[in-house]
Amino acid sequence: MTDIFKDIEPMVYKSQINVPYSWWAGKTASKFFTELKENKKIMGTKCDKCSKVYVPPRKICPFCFKENQAWVELSDEGILLSYTIVRKQLASLPKKVPVIYGLIKLDGADTGLLHFIDEVLPKDIKIGMRLKACFLEERAGKIQDIGYFKPIN
Amino acid sequence: MENAAIIGIGMTKIEANKVRETFADMVWEAVNKALNDAQMTINDIDNIITTSNDFWDGRTISCMAVGDASGARNKNVSCVEGDGTFGAFYGLTRVLSGSYGTTLVTAHSKGSESISSLITNAAFDPIYDRSLGMDMITACAMQATAYMYRTGTTSKQIAQVSVKNHGNAKNNPMSQLPMDITVEDVLNSEMISDPLHKLDCSPVSDGCCAIIIANKDRALKYNDKPVWIKGVSFCSDSYFLGDRDLSKAASLTKATNAAYKMAGINNPKDEIQVAELYDAFTYQELMWLEAMGLCDDGKGSELLENKYFDIGGKLPVNPSGGLLSGHPVIAAGLIRIAEIVKQLRGEAGKYQVHGAKLGVAQGVNGLAGQSHCVWVLGKEK
Ligand SMILES: [Zn+2]
Repeated sequence: MTDIFKDIEPMVYKSQINVPYSWWAGKTASKFFTELKENKKIMGTKCDKCSKVYVPPRKICPFCFKENQAWVELSDEGILLSYTIVRKQLASLPKKVPVIYGLIKLDGADTGLLHFIDEVLPKDIKIGMRLKACFLEERAGKIQDIGYFKPIN
Repeated sequence: MENAAIIGIGMTKIEANKVRETFADMVWEAVNKALNDAQMTINDIDNIITTSNDFWDGRTISCMAVGDASGARNKNVSCVEGDGTFGAFYGLTRVLSGSYGTTLVTAHSKGSESISSLITNAAFDPIYDRSLGMDMITACAMQATAYMYRTGTTSKQIAQVSVKNHGNAKNNPMSQLPMDITVEDVLNSEMISDPLHKLDCSPVSDGCCAIIIANKDRALKYNDKPVWIKGVSFCSDSYFLGDRDLSKAASLTKATNAAYKMAGINNPKDEIQVAELYDAFTYQELMWLEAMGLCDDGKGSELLENKYFDIGGKLPVNPSGGLLSGHPVIAAGLIRIAEIVKQLRGEAGKYQVHGAKLGVAQGVNGLAGQSHCVWVLGKEK
Protein backbone atom coordinates (compact mmCIF):
# COMPACT_ATOMS: atom_id res chain seq x y z
CA MET A 1 0.00 0.00 0.00
CA THR A 2 1.41 3.42 -0.87
CA ASP A 3 1.49 5.96 1.92
CA ILE A 4 -0.38 8.93 0.47
CA PHE A 5 0.75 11.09 3.42
CA LYS A 6 4.42 10.28 2.92
CA ASP A 7 5.56 13.66 1.66
CA ILE A 8 2.83 15.72 3.23
CA GLU A 9 3.26 17.77 6.38
CA PRO A 10 1.13 16.13 9.09
CA MET A 11 -1.98 18.07 10.03
CA VAL A 12 -1.54 19.03 13.67
CA TYR A 13 -4.37 20.69 15.50
CA LYS A 14 -3.16 23.17 18.11
CA SER A 15 -5.32 23.92 21.12
CA GLN A 16 -5.18 24.45 24.87
CA ILE A 17 -7.30 24.09 27.96
CA ASN A 18 -7.49 27.28 29.96
CA VAL A 19 -10.02 27.14 32.76
CA PRO A 20 -9.84 29.40 35.80
CA TYR A 21 -10.61 27.81 39.18
CA SER A 22 -11.48 29.38 42.53
CA TRP A 23 -10.82 26.76 45.17
CA TRP A 24 -12.01 27.29 48.74
CA ALA A 25 -8.75 26.72 50.59
CA GLY A 26 -10.54 25.00 53.46
CA LYS A 27 -10.54 25.95 57.14
CA THR A 28 -7.19 24.34 57.87
CA ALA A 29 -5.23 25.98 55.03
CA SER A 30 -7.04 29.28 55.62
CA LYS A 31 -5.74 29.43 59.19
CA PHE A 32 -2.24 28.48 58.03
CA PHE A 33 -2.17 31.21 55.39
CA THR A 34 -3.75 33.81 57.67
CA GLU A 35 -1.06 33.22 60.32
CA LEU A 36 1.68 33.45 57.68
CA LYS A 37 0.31 36.73 56.43
CA GLU A 38 -0.72 38.47 59.66
CA ASN A 39 1.85 37.18 62.15
CA LYS A 40 4.72 35.58 60.21
CA LYS A 41 3.94 32.39 62.09
CA ILE A 42 4.15 28.87 60.68
CA MET A 43 1.37 26.75 62.15
CA GLY A 44 1.00 22.98 62.06
CA THR A 45 -1.72 20.59 63.13
CA LYS A 46 -1.25 17.75 65.60
CA CYS A 47 -2.90 14.34 65.35
CA ASP A 48 -5.12 13.53 68.33
CA LYS A 49 -3.93 9.95 68.31
CA CYS A 50 -0.27 9.66 67.23
CA SER A 51 0.70 13.26 68.12
CA LYS A 52 2.45 13.74 64.75
CA VAL A 53 2.68 17.40 63.83
CA TYR A 54 1.88 18.18 60.19
CA VAL A 55 3.10 21.13 58.19
CA PRO A 56 1.62 22.16 55.86
CA PRO A 57 -1.26 21.48 58.21
CA ARG A 58 -3.80 18.80 57.37
CA LYS A 59 -7.22 18.19 58.80
CA ILE A 60 -6.78 14.42 58.81
CA CYS A 61 -3.81 12.28 59.84
CA PRO A 62 -3.05 9.90 56.95
CA PHE A 63 -1.51 7.41 59.38
CA CYS A 64 -4.33 7.22 61.93
CA PHE A 65 -7.44 8.24 60.01
CA LYS A 66 -8.14 10.67 62.85
CA GLU A 67 -8.74 14.40 62.86
CA ASN A 68 -5.88 16.67 63.72
CA GLN A 69 -7.65 18.97 66.17
CA ALA A 70 -4.84 20.85 67.87
CA TRP A 71 -2.84 23.71 66.39
CA VAL A 72 0.86 24.01 67.14
CA GLU A 73 3.12 26.96 66.42
CA LEU A 74 6.35 25.81 64.80
CA SER A 75 9.78 27.29 64.71
CA ASP A 76 10.78 29.14 61.53
CA GLU A 77 13.96 27.07 61.58
CA GLY A 78 14.55 23.44 60.74
CA ILE A 79 16.74 20.91 58.98
CA LEU A 80 17.03 19.94 55.33
CA LEU A 81 15.68 16.44 54.61
CA SER A 82 16.43 16.45 50.90
CA TYR A 83 16.89 18.83 47.99
CA THR A 84 17.45 19.24 44.28
CA ILE A 85 19.11 21.96 42.26
CA VAL A 86 17.22 22.45 39.02
CA ARG A 87 19.54 23.33 36.12
CA LYS A 88 17.25 23.02 33.11
CA GLN A 89 14.55 25.61 32.55
CA LEU A 90 11.61 23.21 32.92
CA ALA A 91 8.23 24.58 31.89
CA SER A 92 6.76 24.46 35.39
CA LEU A 93 9.46 26.63 37.00
CA PRO A 94 8.28 30.07 38.13
CA LYS A 95 11.76 31.61 37.95
CA LYS A 96 15.09 31.34 36.20
CA VAL A 97 17.45 28.43 36.91
CA PRO A 98 19.25 27.46 38.97
CA VAL A 99 16.26 26.91 41.26
CA ILE A 100 16.82 25.02 44.51
CA TYR A 101 13.99 23.07 46.10
CA GLY A 102 14.23 21.67 49.60
CA LEU A 103 12.16 19.47 51.85
CA ILE A 104 12.50 21.12 55.24
CA LYS A 105 11.58 19.62 58.60
CA LEU A 106 10.86 22.53 60.91
CA ASP A 107 11.70 22.20 64.58
CA GLY A 108 8.60 20.82 66.24
CA ALA A 109 7.20 19.25 63.06
CA ASP A 110 7.17 15.58 62.04
CA THR A 111 6.80 16.13 58.30
CA GLY A 112 8.70 17.99 55.61
CA LEU A 113 7.65 21.26 53.99
CA LEU A 114 8.51 21.86 50.32
CA HIS A 115 10.02 25.25 49.56
CA PHE A 116 12.74 27.20 47.80
CA ILE A 117 16.24 27.45 49.22
CA ASP A 118 18.33 30.51 48.46
CA GLU A 119 21.32 32.56 49.65
CA VAL A 120 23.49 29.46 49.34
CA LEU A 121 25.94 28.12 46.81
CA PRO A 122 24.87 24.80 45.30
CA LYS A 123 28.10 23.16 46.49
CA ASP A 124 27.39 24.12 50.09
CA ILE A 125 23.97 22.44 50.28
CA LYS A 126 23.93 19.37 52.49
CA ILE A 127 21.24 17.12 53.86
CA GLY A 128 20.88 17.88 57.55
CA MET A 129 21.94 21.54 57.29
CA ARG A 130 19.94 24.07 59.31
CA LEU A 131 17.72 26.54 57.50
CA LYS A 132 15.58 29.51 58.41
CA ALA A 133 12.45 30.90 56.75
CA CYS A 134 12.75 34.35 55.18
CA PHE A 135 9.38 36.11 55.17
CA LEU A 136 8.47 38.71 52.59
CA GLU A 137 7.64 42.23 53.74
CA GLU A 138 4.51 42.28 51.58
CA ARG A 139 2.49 39.14 52.32
CA ALA A 140 -0.65 37.95 50.59
CA GLY A 141 -1.64 34.78 52.46
CA LYS A 142 0.18 32.32 50.19
CA ILE A 143 2.95 29.77 50.54
CA GLN A 144 5.22 32.38 48.88
CA ASP A 145 4.78 34.67 51.90
CA ILE A 146 7.89 32.76 52.87
CA GLY A 147 10.20 33.85 50.05
CA TYR A 148 12.64 31.01 50.65
CA PHE A 149 14.68 29.28 53.33
CA LYS A 150 18.34 30.21 53.88
CA PRO A 151 21.17 28.53 55.77
CA ILE A 152 21.90 29.43 59.40
CA ASN A 153 24.94 28.48 61.38
CA MET B 1 -4.19 -17.50 43.25
CA GLU B 2 -4.81 -19.58 40.13
CA ASN B 3 -8.07 -18.28 38.86
CA ALA B 4 -7.12 -16.02 35.98
CA ALA B 5 -4.60 -15.73 33.18
CA ILE B 6 -3.33 -13.25 30.63
CA ILE B 7 -4.10 -14.79 27.25
CA GLY B 8 -3.38 -11.97 24.83
CA ILE B 9 -0.97 -9.05 24.55
CA GLY B 10 -0.46 -6.34 21.96
CA MET B 11 1.60 -3.19 21.83
CA THR B 12 2.62 -0.48 19.45
CA LYS B 13 6.21 0.47 18.89
CA ILE B 14 7.24 3.09 21.42
CA GLU B 15 8.22 6.28 19.62
CA ALA B 16 9.18 9.84 20.45
CA ASN B 17 6.44 11.26 18.27
CA LYS B 18 3.72 9.28 16.54
CA VAL B 19 2.68 12.40 14.71
CA ARG B 20 0.58 10.52 12.19
CA GLU B 21 -1.33 8.46 14.76
CA THR B 22 -4.27 9.46 16.95
CA PHE B 23 -5.02 7.86 20.33
CA ALA B 24 -7.58 5.68 18.56
CA ASP B 25 -5.04 4.62 15.89
CA MET B 26 -2.66 3.41 18.58
CA VAL B 27 -5.41 1.61 20.51
CA TRP B 28 -6.74 -0.01 17.32
CA GLU B 29 -3.29 -1.40 16.56
CA ALA B 30 -2.65 -2.71 20.09
CA VAL B 31 -6.13 -4.19 20.53
CA ASN B 32 -6.06 -6.05 17.22
CA LYS B 33 -2.61 -7.39 17.99
CA ALA B 34 -3.86 -8.63 21.38
CA LEU B 35 -6.94 -10.25 19.83
CA ASN B 36 -4.82 -11.97 17.17
CA ASP B 37 -2.36 -13.07 19.80
CA ALA B 38 -5.16 -14.62 21.85
CA GLN B 39 -6.84 -16.01 18.71
CA MET B 40 -10.05 -14.26 19.68
CA THR B 41 -12.45 -11.83 18.05
CA ILE B 42 -13.91 -8.76 19.71
CA ASN B 43 -17.08 -10.82 20.25
CA ASP B 44 -15.16 -12.98 22.72
CA ILE B 45 -14.48 -9.94 24.92
CA ASP B 46 -16.99 -9.65 27.76
CA ASN B 47 -15.99 -6.26 29.13
CA ILE B 48 -13.41 -3.54 28.64
CA ILE B 49 -11.21 -1.30 30.78
CA THR B 50 -9.48 1.62 29.10
CA THR B 51 -6.72 3.44 30.96
CA SER B 52 -5.85 7.05 30.24
CA ASN B 53 -5.39 10.42 31.87
CA ASP B 54 -7.48 13.47 31.05
CA PHE B 55 -4.59 15.89 31.60
CA TRP B 56 -2.23 13.98 29.33
CA ASP B 57 -4.91 13.58 26.67
CA GLY B 58 -6.15 17.17 26.99
CA ARG B 59 -9.80 16.23 27.18
CA THR B 60 -12.22 15.24 29.89
CA ILE B 61 -13.55 11.69 29.82
CA SER B 62 -10.45 10.83 27.80
CA CYS B 63 -11.51 7.17 27.54
CA MET B 64 -14.21 8.21 25.08
CA ALA B 65 -11.56 8.88 22.44
CA VAL B 66 -10.72 5.20 22.33
CA GLY B 67 -14.11 3.55 22.91
CA ASP B 68 -14.68 2.62 19.27
CA ALA B 69 -11.12 1.41 18.77
CA SER B 70 -11.36 -0.86 21.81
CA GLY B 71 -14.69 -2.34 20.74
CA ALA B 72 -16.51 -0.88 23.72
CA ARG B 73 -19.83 -0.06 22.09
CA ASN B 74 -22.66 -2.06 23.58
CA LYS B 75 -20.40 -3.48 26.28
CA ASN B 76 -19.65 -2.72 29.90
CA VAL B 77 -16.68 -0.36 29.65
CA SER B 78 -15.03 1.49 32.48
CA CYS B 79 -12.06 3.84 32.54
CA VAL B 80 -9.18 3.90 34.98
CA GLU B 81 -7.14 7.08 35.37
CA GLY B 82 -3.55 6.17 36.11
CA ASP B 83 -0.96 3.60 35.20
CA GLY B 84 -1.99 0.59 33.11
CA THR B 85 -1.18 -1.87 35.91
CA PHE B 86 -3.98 -0.28 37.92
CA GLY B 87 -6.37 -0.59 34.95
CA ALA B 88 -5.37 -4.24 34.65
CA PHE B 89 -6.00 -4.72 38.37
CA TYR B 90 -9.54 -3.44 37.91
CA GLY B 91 -9.95 -5.67 34.84
CA LEU B 92 -8.78 -8.68 36.81
CA THR B 93 -11.23 -8.05 39.66
CA ARG B 94 -14.06 -7.94 37.13
CA VAL B 95 -13.05 -11.38 35.86
CA LEU B 96 -12.68 -12.72 39.40
CA SER B 97 -16.12 -11.37 40.32
CA GLY B 98 -17.60 -14.05 38.11
CA SER B 99 -19.61 -11.55 36.10
CA TYR B 100 -17.23 -11.61 33.12
CA GLY B 101 -15.14 -14.37 31.59
CA THR B 102 -12.76 -12.04 29.74
CA THR B 103 -11.58 -8.44 30.10
CA LEU B 104 -9.74 -6.39 27.49
CA VAL B 105 -7.49 -3.75 29.10
CA THR B 106 -5.96 -0.90 27.12
CA ALA B 107 -3.63 1.92 28.16
CA HIS B 108 -2.36 4.77 26.01
CA SER B 109 -0.74 8.19 26.03
CA LYS B 110 1.11 10.56 23.75
CA GLY B 111 3.65 12.56 25.69
CA SER B 112 4.66 14.29 22.47
CA GLU B 113 1.42 16.22 22.23
CA SER B 114 1.72 18.29 25.40
CA ILE B 115 4.25 19.49 27.98
CA SER B 116 4.99 16.90 30.64
CA SER B 117 6.46 19.38 33.10
CA LEU B 118 3.19 21.36 33.23
CA ILE B 119 1.08 18.23 33.47
CA THR B 120 3.02 16.65 36.30
CA ASN B 121 3.21 20.00 38.10
CA ALA B 122 -0.60 19.78 38.28
CA ALA B 123 -0.23 16.65 40.41
CA PHE B 124 0.93 18.85 43.29
CA ASP B 125 -1.57 20.22 45.79
CA PRO B 126 -3.04 23.41 44.31
CA ILE B 127 -3.47 25.14 47.68
CA TYR B 128 -0.12 24.45 49.28
CA ASP B 129 2.63 23.67 46.83
CA ARG B 130 1.73 23.54 43.13
CA SER B 131 2.70 27.20 42.67
CA LEU B 132 6.26 26.47 43.80
CA GLY B 133 6.70 24.95 40.34
CA MET B 134 7.94 21.44 40.99
CA ASP B 135 7.15 18.63 38.55
CA MET B 136 7.79 14.88 38.26
CA ILE B 137 11.46 15.30 37.39
CA THR B 138 12.25 17.66 40.25
CA ALA B 139 10.24 15.59 42.75
CA CYS B 140 12.08 12.45 41.69
CA ALA B 141 15.42 14.29 41.75
CA MET B 142 14.70 15.15 45.37
CA GLN B 143 13.88 11.49 46.01
CA ALA B 144 17.11 10.43 44.29
CA THR B 145 19.08 12.77 46.57
CA ALA B 146 17.42 11.22 49.64
CA TYR B 147 17.88 7.63 48.43
CA MET B 148 21.51 8.10 47.43
CA TYR B 149 22.31 9.85 50.72
CA ARG B 150 20.76 7.07 52.80
CA THR B 151 22.30 4.18 50.88
CA GLY B 152 25.57 5.73 49.76
CA THR B 153 24.74 4.98 46.13
CA THR B 154 26.70 7.21 43.73
CA SER B 155 25.87 8.99 40.46
CA LYS B 156 28.30 6.70 38.70
CA GLN B 157 26.44 3.67 40.02
CA ILE B 158 22.95 4.81 39.04
CA ALA B 159 24.32 5.69 35.60
CA GLN B 160 24.93 1.98 35.04
CA VAL B 161 21.19 1.36 35.04
CA SER B 162 20.98 3.63 32.00
CA VAL B 163 23.87 1.84 30.30
CA LYS B 164 22.28 -1.57 30.93
CA ASN B 165 18.73 -0.67 29.91
CA HIS B 166 19.60 1.28 26.76
CA GLY B 167 21.86 -1.64 25.86
CA ASN B 168 19.07 -4.17 26.42
CA ALA B 169 16.81 -2.08 24.19
CA LYS B 170 19.08 -2.86 21.22
CA ASN B 171 17.45 -6.29 21.15
CA ASN B 172 13.89 -4.97 21.41
CA PRO B 173 12.41 -3.77 18.09
CA MET B 174 9.53 -2.02 19.93
CA SER B 175 11.85 0.19 21.92
CA GLN B 176 12.39 3.91 21.28
CA LEU B 177 15.97 4.43 22.43
CA PRO B 178 18.32 1.51 21.87
CA MET B 179 21.77 2.92 22.58
CA ASP B 180 25.36 1.93 23.15
CA ILE B 181 26.41 4.28 25.89
CA THR B 182 28.94 4.39 28.71
CA VAL B 183 28.76 5.59 32.29
CA GLU B 184 30.76 8.64 31.15
CA ASP B 185 28.12 9.43 28.52
CA VAL B 186 25.47 9.48 31.25
CA LEU B 187 27.56 11.62 33.59
CA ASN B 188 28.44 14.02 30.74
CA SER B 189 24.84 14.41 29.59
CA GLU B 190 23.02 17.61 30.53
CA MET B 191 22.31 17.98 34.26
CA ILE B 192 18.54 18.39 34.47
CA SER B 193 18.04 18.54 38.22
CA ASP B 194 20.74 17.31 40.61
CA PRO B 195 21.55 14.44 40.78
CA LEU B 196 19.68 13.45 37.60
CA HIS B 197 21.37 13.87 34.23
CA LYS B 198 19.42 13.70 31.00
CA LEU B 199 20.41 10.06 30.54
CA ASP B 200 19.20 9.26 34.07
CA CYS B 201 15.70 10.25 32.91
CA SER B 202 13.27 8.36 30.71
CA PRO B 203 12.30 10.10 27.46
CA VAL B 204 8.97 11.59 26.41
CA SER B 205 7.17 8.90 24.43
CA ASP B 206 4.01 7.85 22.60
CA GLY B 207 2.58 4.36 22.75
CA CYS B 208 -0.19 1.97 23.65
CA CYS B 209 -0.52 -1.50 25.11
CA ALA B 210 -3.46 -3.92 25.39
CA ILE B 211 -3.83 -7.18 27.29
CA ILE B 212 -6.63 -9.72 27.61
CA ILE B 213 -7.37 -11.34 30.96
CA ALA B 214 -9.52 -14.51 31.18
CA ASN B 215 -10.89 -16.61 34.01
CA LYS B 216 -9.72 -20.21 34.30
CA ASP B 217 -12.61 -21.61 32.29
CA ARG B 218 -11.92 -19.34 29.33
CA ALA B 219 -8.12 -19.20 29.65
CA LEU B 220 -7.52 -22.35 27.61
CA LYS B 221 -10.33 -21.90 25.15
CA TYR B 222 -8.58 -19.75 22.54
CA ASN B 223 -4.85 -20.37 22.53
CA ASP B 224 -2.58 -22.66 24.46
CA LYS B 225 -0.21 -20.17 26.05
CA PRO B 226 -1.91 -18.61 29.05
CA VAL B 227 0.31 -16.87 31.57
CA TRP B 228 -1.17 -17.28 35.03
CA ILE B 229 -1.70 -14.42 37.44
CA LYS B 230 -0.18 -15.81 40.63
CA GLY B 231 -0.29 -12.79 42.88
CA VAL B 232 -1.23 -9.12 42.56
CA SER B 233 -1.54 -6.23 44.95
CA PHE B 234 -1.38 -2.48 45.10
CA CYS B 235 -0.72 -0.03 47.87
CA SER B 236 -0.56 3.73 48.19
CA ASP B 237 1.61 5.88 50.44
CA SER B 238 0.69 9.34 51.80
CA TYR B 239 0.11 11.95 49.15
CA PHE B 240 2.36 14.76 50.41
CA LEU B 241 6.05 14.18 49.69
CA GLY B 242 6.95 15.55 53.13
CA ASP B 243 4.80 12.96 54.91
CA ARG B 244 6.90 10.10 53.53
CA ASP B 245 10.44 8.92 54.02
CA LEU B 246 11.29 9.75 50.40
CA SER B 247 14.36 7.54 50.48
CA LYS B 248 12.21 4.42 50.87
CA ALA B 249 9.24 2.98 49.00
CA ALA B 250 7.19 1.67 51.93
CA SER B 251 4.02 1.22 49.87
CA LEU B 252 5.92 -0.84 47.30
CA THR B 253 7.24 -3.14 50.01
CA LYS B 254 3.73 -3.61 51.33
CA ALA B 255 2.23 -4.27 47.88
CA THR B 256 5.02 -6.65 46.97
CA ASN B 257 4.79 -8.68 50.16
CA ALA B 258 1.05 -9.10 49.65
CA ALA B 259 1.58 -10.21 46.03
CA TYR B 260 4.34 -12.66 47.02
CA LYS B 261 2.14 -14.10 49.75
CA MET B 262 -0.71 -14.62 47.31
CA ALA B 263 1.69 -16.30 44.90
CA GLY B 264 3.17 -18.52 47.63
CA ILE B 265 6.63 -17.01 47.22
CA ASN B 266 8.78 -17.24 50.32
CA ASN B 267 12.17 -16.36 48.90
CA PRO B 268 11.76 -13.90 46.02
CA LYS B 269 15.53 -13.57 45.42
CA ASP B 270 15.69 -17.24 44.47
CA GLU B 271 12.25 -17.83 43.03
CA ILE B 272 11.78 -14.89 40.64
CA GLN B 273 13.71 -15.16 37.39
CA VAL B 274 12.84 -11.95 35.57
CA ALA B 275 11.58 -8.48 36.52
CA GLU B 276 10.19 -5.57 34.51
CA LEU B 277 10.17 -2.54 36.79
CA TYR B 278 9.09 1.09 36.49
CA ASP B 279 12.49 2.67 35.78
CA ALA B 280 11.29 6.18 34.99
CA PHE B 281 14.66 7.31 36.39
CA THR B 282 17.86 5.30 36.85
CA TYR B 283 17.91 5.39 40.66
CA GLN B 284 14.33 4.06 40.74
CA GLU B 285 15.27 0.67 39.34
CA LEU B 286 17.63 0.12 42.27
CA MET B 287 15.26 1.63 44.81
CA TRP B 288 12.32 -0.50 43.63
CA LEU B 289 14.44 -3.68 43.53
CA GLU B 290 15.46 -3.13 47.13
CA ALA B 291 11.92 -2.28 48.27
CA MET B 292 10.67 -5.44 46.57
CA GLY B 293 13.10 -7.65 48.44
CA LEU B 294 14.79 -8.70 45.18
CA CYS B 295 18.08 -7.60 46.70
CA ASP B 296 19.21 -6.32 50.10
CA ASP B 297 18.55 -2.71 51.03
CA GLY B 298 21.27 -0.43 49.66
CA LYS B 299 22.99 -3.28 47.81
CA GLY B 300 21.38 -2.85 44.38
CA SER B 301 24.25 -0.80 42.96
CA GLU B 302 26.83 -3.38 43.96
CA LEU B 303 24.92 -6.24 42.35
CA LEU B 304 24.36 -4.10 39.25
CA GLU B 305 28.11 -3.58 38.92
CA ASN B 306 28.54 -7.35 39.12
CA LYS B 307 26.09 -7.82 36.21
CA TYR B 308 23.56 -9.54 38.47
CA PHE B 309 20.68 -7.70 36.73
CA ASP B 310 21.94 -8.21 33.16
CA ILE B 311 20.29 -10.61 30.74
CA GLY B 312 22.22 -13.72 31.66
CA GLY B 313 22.67 -12.55 35.27
CA LYS B 314 20.95 -14.08 38.29
CA LEU B 315 17.95 -11.75 38.04
CA PRO B 316 17.59 -9.95 34.69
CA VAL B 317 15.82 -6.62 35.25
CA ASN B 318 14.18 -4.77 32.39
CA PRO B 319 15.58 -7.02 29.65
CA SER B 320 13.23 -5.16 27.27
CA GLY B 321 15.14 -1.93 27.86
CA GLY B 322 12.66 -0.58 30.39
CA LEU B 323 11.18 2.89 30.50
CA LEU B 324 14.57 4.55 30.16
CA SER B 325 14.39 3.30 26.58
CA GLY B 326 10.79 4.47 26.01
CA HIS B 327 8.22 5.76 28.48
CA PRO B 328 4.66 6.22 27.26
CA VAL B 329 3.04 7.25 30.55
CA ILE B 330 -0.10 5.20 31.47
CA ALA B 331 0.82 2.44 28.97
CA ALA B 332 4.16 2.07 30.78
CA GLY B 333 3.09 -0.39 33.50
CA LEU B 334 0.89 -2.42 31.17
CA ILE B 335 3.92 -2.81 28.89
CA ARG B 336 5.85 -4.17 31.91
CA ILE B 337 3.15 -6.85 32.31
CA ALA B 338 3.17 -7.65 28.57
CA GLU B 339 6.96 -7.95 28.60
CA ILE B 340 6.83 -10.48 31.44
CA VAL B 341 4.18 -12.41 29.49
CA LYS B 342 6.57 -12.53 26.50
CA GLN B 343 9.40 -13.77 28.72
CA LEU B 344 7.32 -16.52 30.31
CA ARG B 345 6.05 -17.70 26.93
CA GLY B 346 9.59 -17.73 25.57
CA GLU B 347 8.65 -15.14 22.93
CA ALA B 348 11.06 -12.35 23.87
CA GLY B 349 13.38 -13.07 20.95
CA LYS B 350 16.87 -11.66 21.34
CA TYR B 351 16.22 -10.44 24.89
CA GLN B 352 14.76 -13.74 26.09
CA VAL B 353 15.69 -14.75 29.64
CA HIS B 354 16.23 -18.46 29.27
CA GLY B 355 14.05 -20.73 31.34
CA ALA B 356 12.01 -17.94 32.98
CA LYS B 357 9.02 -19.46 34.75
CA LEU B 358 8.13 -16.82 37.32
CA GLY B 359 8.35 -13.08 36.76
CA VAL B 360 7.30 -9.84 38.36
CA ALA B 361 5.97 -6.61 36.80
CA GLN B 362 5.50 -3.29 38.56
CA GLY B 363 3.56 -0.11 37.83
CA VAL B 364 3.66 3.27 39.54
CA ASN B 365 1.17 6.07 40.04
CA GLY B 366 1.71 9.48 41.55
CA LEU B 367 4.68 11.67 42.39
CA ALA B 368 7.96 9.94 43.29
CA GLY B 369 6.33 6.52 43.56
CA GLN B 370 3.34 7.26 45.77
CA SER B 371 1.42 4.13 44.67
CA HIS B 372 2.65 0.82 43.35
CA CYS B 373 0.91 -2.12 41.68
CA VAL B 374 2.78 -5.44 41.64
CA TRP B 375 2.02 -8.47 39.46
CA VAL B 376 3.57 -11.90 39.93
CA LEU B 377 3.07 -13.96 36.79
CA GLY B 378 3.81 -17.62 36.20
CA LYS B 379 4.22 -19.94 33.24
CA GLU B 380 2.71 -22.78 35.21
CA LYS B 381 -0.63 -22.93 36.90
ZN1 LIG C 1 -1.98 10.18 63.62
